[in-house]
Amino acid sequence: MVSSLVLPVAIPMFTAAVLLLVPNLRVQRWVALVAAFALLGSAVSVALRVHAHGIQVLHAGSWRAPFGITLVADGLSAMLLVAVGIVSVAATAYAFAGLDPRRESAGYHPVLMVLLMGVSGAFLTGDLFNLYVWFEVMLVASFVLMALYRNKMQVRAAFIYVTLNLLASSILLTALGLLYGKAGTLNMADLSHRWSGGALPPFYGAMAALFFTAFGIKAALFPWFSWLPASYHTPPAAISAVFAGLLTKVGVYSMFRVFTLLFRGLPPVAPTFLLGVSLVTMVVGVTCALSQRDFRRVVSFNLVGHIGFTTMGLGLATPLGVSGSLLYVLHHILAITNLYLIGGLFLRMRRTSEFDRLGSLFRTHPLPSVLALLALFALAGVPPLSGAIAKIALVQAAFEARAYVAGSVALVTSLLGIWSIARLWDESFWKPAPPDADKAGPLWQQVVPIGGLTLLSLGLSVAAGPLLELTSTIARDLLEPGAYVNAVLEGG
Amino acid sequence: MELLLALAAGSLYAAGLYLMLRRRLAQLIIGLGLLTNGTNILIFTSGGLTRGIPPVVAPGAETLEPPFADPVPQALILTAIVIGFGVLAFALVLAHQVHRTSGSDDIGES
Repeated sequence: MVSSLVLPVAIPMFTAAVLLLVPNLRVQRWVALVAAFALLGSAVSVALRVHAHGIQVLHAGSWRAPFGITLVADGLSAMLLVAVGIVSVAATAYAFAGLDPRRESAGYHPVLMVLLMGVSGAFLTGDLFNLYVWFEVMLVASFVLMALYRNKMQVRAAFIYVTLNLLASSILLTALGLLYGKAGTLNMADLSHRWSGGALPPFYGAMAALFFTAFGIKAALFPWFSWLPASYHTPPAAISAVFAGLLTKVGVYSMFRVFTLLFRGLPPVAPTFLLGVSLVTMVVGVTCALSQRDFRRVVSFNLVGHIGFTTMGLGLATPLGVSGSLLYVLHHILAITNLYLIGGLFLRMRRTSEFDRLGSLFRTHPLPSVLALLALFALAGVPPLSGAIAKIALVQAAFEARAYVAGSVALVTSLLGIWSIARLWDESFWKPAPPDADKAGPLWQQVVPIGGLTLLSLGLSVAAGPLLELTSTIARDLLEPGAYVNAVLEGG
Repeated sequence: MELLLALAAGSLYAAGLYLMLRRRLAQLIIGLGLLTNGTNILIFTSGGLTRGIPPVVAPGAETLEPPFADPVPQALILTAIVIGFGVLAFALVLAHQVHRTSGSDDIGES
């Protein structure tokens, strides 16, 4: 039953419609939670089918590729869909306690579902214009979530976010227009097939540069990352956690997809350039994190820094490098979502996330603090937590590819990352709190999703062997896209 | 005709980007609108310009004989116009909010 490929898009879409008809907030929460579990279930079923039977293709309306819109699930899409399911369950569960009622009644639940629909669609589509449409669905939903019931700082942050992302969309659309003019098709498999013979169209490099810029802005790579730290720490945790976990990853995913399928004929300087950009992103992100004195801003800059690791493998362009980056994406989605939720938890307890007003959290709340400790040091990559395994794979790949500078920079950045996280730990958890600090307890509805994500993050370390095997298979398929092209053009 | 449209698209891009670099909210939004329109003209032009040959199968014929106008770019533009319109409307509302909360339409001020 191939039609189940529609489910990860259809479930959130129908749930959003249903939620709009339900005025009661308690009912909305439960409906959203059930839908999130259904989304996770459908994603797992897609992943199992991909694992058992190979790449799954669905031609919408039975229009064969390249004429119709194709939905394709390969290993990469399936893996990321499962991550979308996990994040959506965590966010909807957290929203039971983590939102102010005014924002919730302004439509948080339906809009979140639209956002999830956009993310799933972007991961599944095999058509470039369709990818642009899913990007817009996702963006408009995220704009609304960011701007729902806001204060002055949030409106300004939302405006920066909106402007830069709209610019990225325009650039993407420009690239699509040029590409359609030269190739006459927007189906990624078809394009890959046409351009694999070595006959490259005019403006090939320019198109690659436009795609790189558009996805680079969405993924928050250097020098286009400024919108992210300016905006991600302002909305409440149930919103920013979803943004941090999923939105930047869609940019990274698109980069992987487009550059492994379409732009395989670029000169070797292109991956090296991407590698350079990734390294600068890492260094700048993590050094900026060191200069911040606010829990959520430190996490935001760490998010930027670690995006560099997720694109580094693509720059190395070796199977081990790509595999390490994919593992890093998976780890990063879980860890960063968790950290934003944790930030929200402590924000609720102390009413601020500035270091000057935090402190003694470990003494007053040992259990949430231990969860935070695990998530923080998983993000920083302290062995044996999940970040370390992906980082070791990446550094090993760099040294094997004789990119000694890249490997060393990654190592030094990891050290700086650990420093910035250790500083955060010291400032918020260990140092004595200022005497007039607010003291509210944690809510169990907030702690449960955080605990779940932490457990999954620990599970990544336990299952590191099989996972690395899985990501190596996906990486091989990405670098040799013949199977993907055949599945789309022949099958279905 | 291609040259004319290319120049039009180029000017719209240039004007749009220039306005987006300004600090006034209203100008920024106008720039955004110009940029999306420039993109639409670019897609239209790069899809190939034809005159008077609609992609309609002639009576009695089985298939469409080339040359005919490619309908896909027009479908793409139509989608892009709708999306651009929605997003622009949202940006206007947001700009109104910024103006109301900060009392200025200068985004450099905090």
